[in-house]
Formats: sequence, C-alpha cells, structure tokens
Amino acid sequence: MKEALSEYPLRDSASASLLTHSGRSLSDITAESIAAGALTGDDLRTHADTLRRQAKIARAGGYPQLAANLLRAAELTDVPNEELLKIYELLRPERASYDELARLADYLEETYGARENAAFIRDAATIYRERSLLRR
Amino acid sequence: MERSKRFDLLAKRDINKETYVEPWSEAGLIVADSPYDPQPSIKIAAGCVLEMDGRSRADFDALDIFIASQALDLEIAQEAMALPSKEYARMLADINVPRADIARLIAGCTPAKLTEIVRHMNVLEMMMGLAKMRIRRTPANQAHVTNWREHPALLAADAAEAALRGFAEVETTVRVARFAPFNALAILVGTQTGRGGVLTQCSVEEALGLRLAMKGLTSYAETLSVYGTEKTFVDGDDTPWSKAFLASAYASRGVKIRFTSGTGSEALMGRAEQKSMLYLEARCLLVVKGAGSQGVQNGSISCIALPEALPGGVRAVLAENLLASMLGLEVAAGNDALASHSSIRKTAKLMLQFIPGADFIFSGYSAIPKRDNLFGGGNFDAEDFDDYNVLQRDMQIDGGLRPITEAEALSIRRKGARAIQAVYRELGLPAISDEEIDAATVAHGSDDMPARDIVPDLEAADAFMAGGDDFVAVIRALQKTGFANVADNILEMGRQRIAADYLQPSAIFDADFKVQSAINDGNDYLGPGSGYRPEGRRWREMQAIPQAKSPEGFVDPHIGQPLSRLVEVGPAAVGTTREVVLALGPAFGCALATTIGGFDHEDVLEAILGGVAAEGMIARIVRVYHSSDCAAIGYVGARLSGSGIGIGLQSRGTAVIHQKDLAPLNNLELFPQSPSLTLQTYQAIGRNAARYAMGVPTVPVAVEIDNGARLRLIVKTALLHRRETDEVCPERPPQELRFDWEPES
Repeated sequence: MKEALSEYPLRDSASASLLTHSGRSLSDITAESIAAGALTGDDLRTHADTLRRQAKIARAGGYPQLAANLLRAAELTDVPNEELLKIYELLRPERASYDELARLADYLEETYGARENAAFIRDAATIYRERSLLRR
Repeated sequence: MERSKRFDLLAKRDINKETYVEPWSEAGLIVADSPYDPQPSIKIAAGCVLEMDGRSRADFDALDIFIASQALDLEIAQEAMALPSKEYARMLADINVPRADIARLIAGCTPAKLTEIVRHMNVLEMMMGLAKMRIRRTPANQAHVTNWREHPALLAADAAEAALRGFAEVETTVRVARFAPFNALAILVGTQTGRGGVLTQCSVEEALGLRLAMKGLTSYAETLSVYGTEKTFVDGDDTPWSKAFLASAYASRGVKIRFTSGTGSEALMGRAEQKSMLYLEARCLLVVKGAGSQGVQNGSISCIALPEALPGGVRAVLAENLLASMLGLEVAAGNDALASHSSIRKTAKLMLQFIPGADFIFSGYSAIPKRDNLFGGGNFDAEDFDDYNVLQRDMQIDGGLRPITEAEALSIRRKGARAIQAVYRELGLPAISDEEIDAATVAHGSDDMPARDIVPDLEAADAFMAGGDDFVAVIRALQKTGFANVADNILEMGRQRIAADYLQPSAIFDADFKVQSAINDGNDYLGPGSGYRPEGRRWREMQAIPQAKSPEGFVDPHIGQPLSRLVEVGPAAVGTTREVVLALGPAFGCALATTIGGFDHEDVLEAILGGVAAEGMIARIVRVYHSSDCAAIGYVGARLSGSGIGIGLQSRGTAVIHQKDLAPLNNLELFPQSPSLTLQTYQAIGRNAARYAMGVPTVPVAVEIDNGARLRLIVKTALLHRRETDEVCPERPPQELRFDWEPES
C-alpha cells in the first residue's frame, strides 16, 4: 500500500497518464490550446480515476476518512453541477422525507454507479429518521 | 471615594476595553472543564459502538452517531481508551515520541478522552505538542483580502501584494453577496499576478461557494462550519451528512476544503448543553475528521472574544489547535478576528501558534486595513506587516511572510490591478479606468479609491454568474492582453486541479509552484536538530527587512576632516595652576568628526571651553590614547589637572566631570546620554567643571531624560565606540593639544 505514496505528487510522477474529466490527456492542456479556444471548463476538471488514485495515497498516508471522501468525490465527478447542489440541499435538515432520500440514493447508484454515496445517503436517511431530521 | 491616579490611568488602558466574565457552566461559559462534561468511556460489540462517553447508543444524538460510525477507529479504540489520559499528555510533550505513534492511538479516542488529555497540559506543553503534531512540516500563512468598496482593482492589487508577501492562501468575502463572483475573480487574478500557486477562496453561503468553485474562480473553501451540539448544527442548517456530502462535492471539482469549527460558537448560539467549549470542540473535530475533511479552521475564529472573556480562554484556544493536529487535520489556527484591543494581549496570544508553528498560523491575517476587513476586523492588519516581519527576524521563526520593498509592492500592485482591468475589458464587464489603476497602486485602503457605479457592477456580476464564462475565459482574456505569465499561472492552477494533489492533507504550493503537503512534507519534529527550521535562503530572506542598514552606514556620517585647529604639541604634564583639563578620546577630532547627536567636534570644544572661560577659568586640552572609556579618559584629565578637576569627552559625545581623588569609576557628574546633550549642555558642563575647580557651590547640570535614546541609538553607539577603540594605543601617554580658539569677549 505504501508504494502509493511514492506516486505523489501525481502532477510530477504521472502527468503523462492523467486524464481530464473530458477524457483529454493532461499534456493537451496547454496555453496554445486555450488560446485557440479549444478547451472548456470541463477540460480543466479532474477525472474520477485521479481522485481514486489520490484516495489510495491518502489511505497509505494514514488518512482513511479523507480517502473515503475522495472515493465519494470520484463518484460525483460525473454528476452535473445543478444536481450536486440539489442533492446537497436535500441532505440539509428537514428538507427531504425518508423515501425521497432513499430514492435519491437509488438514483445515484443506478445513474452514476455511485455506490459509496448511495450507502452514505441511506445511512443518513436512517439516522435522520431516528433524530427527527426529516421533513415534517 | 478617593480616586487613585494610577487606577484612573489603568482604567483607560486598552486591556480594560475588553469584557471579562466569570465562568458559568450552565450556559456553556466555561472553556475546558464543565462539571457536566462526560467522563471518557467506550463499549464496542460486533463492530458497533454501544456506549460512548457515558452515553448509551439509544441516547446518541446525530453527532454521536456520526462520530461513532465515521470518525473513530474501532480497531484501536479499546487500546486507545485504556491508556491513561495523562500518559497521552506526557507523550505529546515528549520530544522522543514520534507523532505517528500518538496519531495511531488518538484515532481511537472519544471526545471526552481527547478533552481529558489536553486538560493535563499547560500552554508550554501544548506548544511542544503542536510543534510535533502539526501535520505539514513547513508552516504557512493565510491572508484575508477584502475592502468595503468591493473595488475590483483594489482587491486585485491587495491580493497581488499579499501573494508577494508570501501568503500561501488568500481568502476574500463579500459585503453584498451578489459581488461574490467578481471578488473571487479579482483575488484569483491578483494572487496569480503576485505568485503562481497561491490558493484562493471566497467565503459565502455554502451553495454559492460551490458554484464559484465550479467556475474555477476559487481553489479552496473553508467555511464549511460545524458545531458541537446537534441543535446548533441544525440551527446552522446542516447535518454532519450534508456537510460531508458538500466536502465530496467540492473534491469532485478538484477543490480543497477545510471545515470551520472553534470554541464558543455553541454558547453564542445558546445551545451549549452545559458542556465546556473544549469538549464541544472535540466533538466538532471528530465530525470534521469523520466527514473526510483534510483540515479545519479553528482557534475560536469569529467567537474568539468569548473564550477570551473567560479564565483560561487563550489556553483553550491553543488546546483546540492541538486537538485538531492530533487528529491528523490541517489546522488554520485562528488569530483572524479581532480578539483584543490590547497590542500586548493580541501579540502574546499569537505567540502560542507562532512559536510552535501551524499549518496556517492565521486563518486570515488581515492584509488590508482594519476598516476594510469584512470578516469582522483583523487581529493583525496591514499596518502590522513590519512588526510581523521583525518578529520572524527576532526569533528566527518562519511565520510564512517575507519582507518586501515599497518599489516591489507598487510594481506588483499596478500589475495586478492592470490584469483585472484587462480581464474586465475582454469579458465586457464594466470598465476599470486608468485612474482607478493609479489609485489602487498606491492605495492603503478603500478610502483611497474613487467610488464605482455599483448598479452596473452588480448587474454584470449577476450576468457573469449566470453565464457560461469561467476561468478558462479568464485565462484567454489574460493571454490576449499581454498578461501571459498570469494566464500561465491560472492555467497551471487548472492543471493542478486535474492532478488533485492539493486535496491531500495540508497542501499548499511552494515558491516553485510545487505541491507541499503532509504526504510529501510530513512533520518530522523530534526535538533539537529535527523538524522545520528556517535556514539558508529562507532565513536570509527573513533577515533582509528593508529597514536593516549595513554597519558602515552608522559610522560613515561621523567621519570627516581632522580638525586643523587641534594640534598635538607633545606629552601632557601635570598642571600646577588652577585649571580644568579637558581630556579627549583617541578618535576625537581626527578619526571621527561629529558626536552621535550630530555636533561638529570643534563646536563641542568651543562650547565647553566657552563655559570654562565664562567662569573666569582656564582650560587645557589633552588627548588620551591608552583608553576609549569615558571614565578612564575623565580620570586622566582630573589627574593631569592642577585643580584636580577634569572633563572626559568621548568622540560620540559622552562626557564626565571627574575629580582626581575619586575612584576611577566614580565621578562628580556623568552625562551618559550623549544624544540628548546640546551645545548649551556642553557649555554648562564647562561652567560646572570650572566652578568645581574654584571650589564654589555648584548645581549639577540638568539633562533631559530620553529613555528612548538608547533604543534608537544603541547600534550607532556601539559602532562609534568601536571606531574610537580602534584608535587606542595602549603604550602611548596622554598628549597635550593646542586648540586655535579665543573666548568671545
């Protein structure tokens, strides 16, 4: 597991293999391609695989909770901005019913393969019910 | 009642503008040890926590559940909880115990256990603990850059200067929330003008903050606030789960996050549940860790005045910094909001984080005037930059800043302001005029800026937020307008966002735009000879404050032409008449030509001789070669004098009236504060020496007492004395001098 640490920082060790969220190679992200108008914001976003590699590094470095967060984040890279904001809003206190949260978890799992997030939201739903944090 | 003049004065001191209150546990007004704080305990079965800190699972609130399921390492918890708290405290203060050994066990400690551990420690031990447990080896600093006008050119100029001064992160915020995208944009462009790799954020409501990050206008967010009781958490309109999700959402966009907690918030919100601030903070920190945040901003933050109103408050704030670092969290250690009216108190408090070092010593050093600070006033402001740089230089402690010259500041401010002007022009935003650039370049704050028409600015901000332009458009605008290196820096921030290295704990970018985090710059402090200490290039940079002068610069102004009117005629003999002998130091009127007070040596001679003559007495002048010491020079004068009265005079102007029967180090009158001596004083010295020689009653010369003189002039004093000592010839006897001068009749 410790060998993950020797990869760090990926910017130096793995530049050639890193992809952007849009699937370009990091080496395509140049001043010239920006100037030519060939790139958009999506080309300057991180790829899920990169976050998974960072999760491995965090775990090897002794930061398991951060690693878990980065794995959840990896699953969210494909979730559109507006959806992310909506999910966050639903998770705030007294915004959603138990069923709404359960459906949200299913949706994330089915649509984006977001198993970690789905499990996390299902946990939340159970505890929100226990602690009266669901919509009244 | 009688009024003491001293108490009257004390009452007006800054320290007495503060509020002090006696502890009241029931209201949560207790920093570290409420009688209602629980005792540490844990019971685990089948991988589930059945009891934590005296509370059984059925009574857990949402925070307990989150901590038990997300934060605690249950594999280590039994062992960790069994080790006595005092033992942890001793390990934390012990330089021989590595941080990893402690961190492994701390992962299994409950909130009450964590609180109990730090209760055993005094501030010195906590500082030792923080020096070791801080996760990044190299300390750093964060700046706050705001202004009440929310002027984009001023924001960019101040951000550029902050970046040049060495801040690793710059945070802004808004007075009017709709300005958020423009303020974020201005500090992005400004910082990347000053130094590539400075992380930036705009503190706004959570969802808006995420939108700014999605546009690439910010690279980190730290206002994910957490609280130590369930009710406060819900009052803050979040749960640990919503906050954790937000953290993942940010990370999914390659944005660094840091949560915010800090003592006092629960009491301030009226929901402390009778618990101590520190116990509630321990709960916060475990929520932060459980949510997968790489770090926390704590140190009471905006509530700082509340713990400071209570006994032990400043100690508790250090304790919470330490707790966070023990848990492996990056710590932005507070020192941000205005904590005290008293310079003594605020500086003393700062030392608790400054000396051990923190990932960020300030979670917002106000790099602007207090009046422009939209975070509630800075505890240290732009006005304190020089003080801060001197503190670093005094203690050889890296506080994350570097001294810069005025010319460097003006140049980078102009460039930052021009860069944002160019971006506004290219993106079709309301124009920034050249007059605004000129003003922002030299400005100290908003008061120095022309007003902008806010209505079109706000409309443009709304449209920008809603539109498709993001930081790619900003890079392109900078490329088109000749700001290639600023564009390159923002582009590299984009590449770093793709690589995501700076999502690891305590990540910053160093001066070479290389990521530096707990992964590749882990703290290895184990006492003397280990850990981070500023050395080499960095220490030289810290020393080089523009105010520091070369030693030669102190002496050069005092070198002049040797006095042609002062001629040596041969060995001095003991006099036989009633006279005053004026004995000069070996450099007087030759190697040196003026006193420390700036008087020409010949004017000083004329003044003294004039004073002697005014009393109808004659004087002889001799030069002493064997010593540069004032008492020794004066004593020689006295012994050569026919009356037994001599005046000793050093080149820097220090004088003594001596009498031959006194012990060498005794005297009749001593004038040690040469900078305060005027030509009138020298004349009075001559007069008094003459009166002593005549044996008539004499009132000592009154000299103005200036206790600051030594402070201002001690370096010059030392170097002038050294120059005089260079002229000492130990074997050469005193020489008689002739001074071509006649008293005015």
